[in-house]
Amino acid sequence: MTPLLEVNHVSKQFGNETKALSDVNFSVSEGEFVSIIGPSGAGKSTLLRCINRMIDASNGEIIFDNMNVMNLKKKELKMVRTKIGMIFQHYNLVNRLSVIENTLHGNLGKKSTIAGALGLYNQEEKEQAVKILSTLGLVEHIYKRADQLSGGQKQRVGIARALIQNPRMMLCDEPIASLDPNSAKVIMDHLRNISTTMGITVLVNLHQVDVALKYSDRVIGINHGQVVFNGTPKDITKDDIQRIYGSEAEDLIFDIGGIHAS
Amino acid sequence: MQADFFAKKRRNSIGFFAILAAITVGAIIITEYDIVKGFESLPRAVTWALGNFYPTQESLVKLPDILSSLIETLLVSIAATSIGAVFALFFALMGSNTTRVNAFFGSISRAIATLFRNIDVAAWALILLFSFGQSSLTGYFALFFGSFGFLTRAFVETIDEVSGGSVEALRATGANYASIIFQSVIPSSVPQMLSWVLFMIETNIRSATLIGLLTGSGIGFTFNLYYKSLNYDIASLVVVTIIISILLIESISNYVRRVIL
Repeated sequence: MTPLLEVNHVSKQFGNETKALSDVNFSVSEGEFVSIIGPSGAGKSTLLRCINRMIDASNGEIIFDNMNVMNLKKKELKMVRTKIGMIFQHYNLVNRLSVIENTLHGNLGKKSTIAGALGLYNQEEKEQAVKILSTLGLVEHIYKRADQLSGGQKQRVGIARALIQNPRMMLCDEPIASLDPNSAKVIMDHLRNISTTMGITVLVNLHQVDVALKYSDRVIGINHGQVVFNGTPKDITKDDIQRIYGSEAEDLIFDIGGIHAS
Repeated sequence: MQADFFAKKRRNSIGFFAILAAITVGAIIITEYDIVKGFESLPRAVTWALGNFYPTQESLVKLPDILSSLIETLLVSIAATSIGAVFALFFALMGSNTTRVNAFFGSISRAIATLFRNIDVAAWALILLFSFGQSSLTGYFALFFGSFGFLTRAFVETIDEVSGGSVEALRATGANYASIIFQSVIPSSVPQMLSWVLFMIETNIRSATLIGLLTGSGIGFTFNLYYKSLNYDIASLVVVTIIISILLIESISNYVRRVIL
């Protein structure tokens, strides 16, 4: 299978000193569910944002759908971004707008300047938004303001906004880091479901190793801006976990046998 | 080690208050201010005000004149603030790190706003006196420039504070600049911006009185006229109307704020 996303020799330098990413290589196939794990400040968020160029990488190439994202002009970049959904740790909704308006924002990339500025959506788009919101279990909240929702519900609106784009790939930046275990499970189940039933590639940054191992087809471990593990959850060993999180974390990591057993 | 830490903190506080006291004493000596005399004159001032500075029956005849110049002042303040707000919104969008088009225009618009903000309204009035003479136009422009500078700063901070996340999210969907501004930045920051505009209107009504003294227009001029001609009863009536109108405006804007926020 041809990869949907290829990251080749990507580096990112902030200023002169701090190197956020150095020579990162990996590829992701269509429909795959891939988790990126690593300690805070390892460069997970930077890596994710380099893919849709919210941050410009310093070196290397990023091939998405046979296009080198790093050479795209403004207009082409917007086109590519419409095919990549993104969800965030802090949901990044417009709090004063309703759930359905926030969902419809996912369509703005396809709109002309005027239609986008005025927020003109046709009947079809609105029905699509309602459909997506009902699959995510938000149908009774459609006209509520986003700031009246709980964290888990807000994140589901975030997912709805990404899904209405009809994306090839979803980038999820710490989607469950601010959620309680229950809501976190609901979100992860939805993401897994999106990947399995809709065939959308999902790339997700995670803090929780157990969650990553449970849900992913493949896990990429990052430490100090470098890929130190790339394989299936089955293949990950205690040594790998130690390499990802640093040796001093040895005692902090739970019993790995127990995770595989579950 | 720990004892050292607390001792050092205490030394710093003592040092700070010692410096403050030295500056106060120094200032008193240089200006030859007599503390005892200063406080002694206070009761006399109050007695004089109570004896002369109150509205009388006769002064009420002047009430229509006073009200008409008061209304003029209010309207000039509101007009200056709202026009200032429109310009401020544009400059704030250019100057905010979240929404600026590029760094160059960003720093230019922020520099312009800083310049306008740091010149006081009274200073603007004096500068503009040369161009427009003693008219309400001078007052209008002085308030306009002052509000523009202040509101730009306030709007920039509002935008950065409330819309960072959703701007990022909409950029990631491929949305164009206009969509991001009108669908995310404006809806997120409008209530806070309106609150700043209301605050600015209140402030401007207060400054307008002072500026009226300089530019010979509005309620400030009316006050000055009667005060200088020793008509203390009418002058005090002017003060009372100013206070009432400011309280009124403040309660209206507090109400609006409660509704929108």
